[in-house]
Amino acid sequence: MNNEKLLLKLKTIITPYVQNEEGLNNLSEETDFIQDLEINSANLVDVVLDVEDEFDIEIDNESMEKMLTVKASIEVIEGKLAAK
Amino acid sequence: MIRTDIIAKLPYDKPFLFVDNILTLDDHHIVGNYTFLKDEYFYKGHFKNNPITPGVILTECMAQIGMACFGIYLLGDAWDETQWSVAMTSNEINFFAPVFPGEKVIVEAEKVYFRFNKLKCNVVMRNAKEVIVAKGVVAGIAFSNQKKL
Repeated sequence: MNNEKLLLKLKTIITPYVQNEEGLNNLSEETDFIQDLEINSANLVDVVLDVEDEFDIEIDNESMEKMLTVKASIEVIEGKLAAK
Repeated sequence: MIRTDIIAKLPYDKPFLFVDNILTLDDHHIVGNYTFLKDEYFYKGHFKNNPITPGVILTECMAQIGMACFGIYLLGDAWDETQWSVAMTSNEINFFAPVFPGEKVIVEAEKVYFRFNKLKCNVVMRNAKEVIVAKGVVAGIAFSNQKKL
């Protein structure tokens, strides 16, 4: 899966939890889920669970704590996919 | 099973503690009850000369049993009420029957998931006649006060 495709899938996953639409319109690798998209910490858990379902991977506590930006999330997802 | 040990660990106190007993508890579900006092403070205003337990209080009771008590059990030794807090993060409840002063309610919650300290449950509240009072989904999160999630 290329980066662009992965980003698109991630965008679909996070969209229902985003409070800041402008942040979503300007989505980039640098986007911070809490700062830029105003996703709350409870919904961050939902993002991670949806990522697990979408990519059929398991996210551990350590990886979850890293998944605060688009870039970090893509790195975690790619890492887990590669380890499958 | 009364599990007063878990009730003692709750971060609530009177007049905002809505748990009397925990009747059943395992990794998948919890059953608890609460009997509303005849003189709960909110009956003075809800409603004028017509005391009925507010839906938000029923929701709170469902969350205290189905989220807080259950979550504290699931967290096990990690929970420390001096260091941790809980927050309800979402709920969707439908109400079917009124609860009057002095009525007992039984709350049953079934775990949907417990991941990264977030607990999501399907919750049902019944009255003493086993009629469904309220039903829905609640979710909450526990977090250490030192480390903001």
